[in-house]
Amino acid sequence: MSTQSIDRRKGRDEVSSFQKWLRNNRRVLTSAAFLVVMLIAFTLANPSVFTQFKTYRAVMIALPISIFLVVPLVFVVTAGEIDLAFPAIVGMASYGFASIIDVGGNPLLALIAALAIGLLLGFVNGIFVVQFGLSALIATLGMNFLLRGLINIGAEGFSIALPEIRGTLFHTLLTGTTFGIPNQMFWALGFAIIGFLLYNFHKFGVHVHCVGDHPGSAQEMGINVKRTRIMVFVFSGLGAAFAGVFSVMINFVWWPTTGDGLLLPVLAGIFVGGTPAWGGIGTVLGGVFGVSIVSFIETGVIAAGLTGFFTQFFYGIIIISSLIGHRLNGERVR
Amino acid sequence: MSEYIIELRNVTKSFGNVNAVDGVSLAIKRGEVVGLIGDNGAGKSTLIKVLSGVHKPDSGEIYLRGEKVNHWDSAKSRHSGIETVYQDRALAVQQSITRNIFMGREIQNRFGFVDVKKQYQEANRLMREIGFTSKVFDPESPVATLSGGERQGVAIARALYYDADLIILDEPTTALSLTETNKVFSFIENVRAQGRSIIFIGHNIYHVYDIAERFIVLDRGQVVLTSDKSEVPSAEHLIKTMHDIARMGHAEMKGAA
Ligand SMILES: Nc1ncnc2c1ncn2[C@@H]1O[C@H](COP(=O)(O)OP(=O)(O)OP(=O)(O)O)[C@@H](O)[C@H]1O
Ligand SMILES: [Mg+2]
Repeated sequence: MSTQSIDRRKGRDEVSSFQKWLRNNRRVLTSAAFLVVMLIAFTLANPSVFTQFKTYRAVMIALPISIFLVVPLVFVVTAGEIDLAFPAIVGMASYGFASIIDVGGNPLLALIAALAIGLLLGFVNGIFVVQFGLSALIATLGMNFLLRGLINIGAEGFSIALPEIRGTLFHTLLTGTTFGIPNQMFWALGFAIIGFLLYNFHKFGVHVHCVGDHPGSAQEMGINVKRTRIMVFVFSGLGAAFAGVFSVMINFVWWPTTGDGLLLPVLAGIFVGGTPAWGGIGTVLGGVFGVSIVSFIETGVIAAGLTGFFTQFFYGIIIISSLIGHRLNGERVR
Repeated sequence: MSEYIIELRNVTKSFGNVNAVDGVSLAIKRGEVVGLIGDNGAGKSTLIKVLSGVHKPDSGEIYLRGEKVNHWDSAKSRHSGIETVYQDRALAVQQSITRNIFMGREIQNRFGFVDVKKQYQEANRLMREIGFTSKVFDPESPVATLSGGERQGVAIARALYYDADLIILDEPTTALSLTETNKVFSFIENVRAQGRSIIFIGHNIYHVYDIAERFIVLDRGQVVLTSDKSEVPSAEHLIKTMHDIARMGHAEMKGAA
């Protein structure tokens, strides 16, 4: 080998490990930077509100619900699918949960029932999309209407109030407060960390990436593509069930509309967080940052002295500018 | 144990009204290099995809080491010691080289967590040994950043990684430079020397003639000729036979089986 070619190798190899780390994590870093910049902007607009802990505490009360949803949805989108049925699965699972507690059932039993409902409904979505070959977009949209319709038929407009749950051990564990932080935040972060590990280091997450990248290649290399695709819907159902349970535990009441308002903010959170819509790549932690960004917008807009009428406008600004940010920061390779 | 690694009996596979594979029987012996040839659309890729478990045959039987298999699929074929370099290379281009090399056969612990460090080291070693470029690879780079020939190198390296009993190569040298093509041929020699088998698909008959010791010619989904190298005096003969087949639909070769 000539000296020239040795030199050339060196030259090409000179990428520091820090640069490599930046390159491999640019999507999550972009969304983290976005969150920080946004918080700084809000703080400048209204220092008195955004230097107080209670502002963050207020956001952390409901943010966990979105985290439970966004983590599995990052898997769904990475696999090249979409799930628009999660709001109604939140509603269904929490309906089951609240009904069981309402008739005096054990909360733990109610929790297990809610999770079973979520898993089952997610599985049904998966079967529709994967076995029947329906478009995920349309099939899950249909399921969202269908399930919400069933809730409305069953509940006939009545909500279920559960004041008796307040102060129980179950309540303290799930949604009490530790060091001033709502406990649901710890559960949600634990869920996110498990999701992060599964996504990046477990066979399931690796297969989700490969299937979303190129299903044909994944199948040729022996990955069970159908099972992987069904599993992301099942996982999404599980996240929706947790979200539903926590929603009831936070509010002490179940409404027939529980979960309804989550569709657009959580979807926005996935993409704002840096998971692209085309499949094959994504970031779980980015998704957590994404839903955090969306959650802070509402608080921030009002704290900045604007009326609530501005919230949607700012959602739009943030979604579009974050997408441009992710795009400028990295070429699309397919 | 059977002298055959894998055997197809009367296998058919159609797409709509195209009979891509139409009643094919063949058997691959241990340690032999088989050249599978035929025109574009003859059904070569479809045939090897039946062997490798990607396509379920519409009818016919598959025997693995003498035993009939039911529910054949790509995961099973890989775990039975069959590796394939597909014509489309079967890569997920947004994923890293490492992830592609271990796609579907991740190094994992019993909880299903992937040994990322081990995979990285193995991929690094593999790409240095047989990587198709003068550049030093970072196994973490996405495959999308590689050239066509380099991507092919990843697919070939992946097939060589597991000491498979049978390696199927569907046009492995298209898009490769002369040097890299020779590299592939020396890999094939190595594999044969170790008593393992190869199915080589190629359109360059001179190449196929050089490396294979048995030829199977496919035409419109059917095997029209199976011939040992001893029965074919030269590559020119093989080419002439291919022309005859294309013209008349059958071969007229002296001593053809
Ligand atoms: N997935 C598919 N769906 C529909 N038709 C297919 C499919 N795969 C192959 N075919 C058809 O089957 C026939 C055989 O194709 P195949 O790819 O096996 O040919 P080949 O011998 O590998 O050709 P080439 O040398 O061009 O690679 C062709 O007519 C092709 O159009
Ligand atoms: Mg082919």
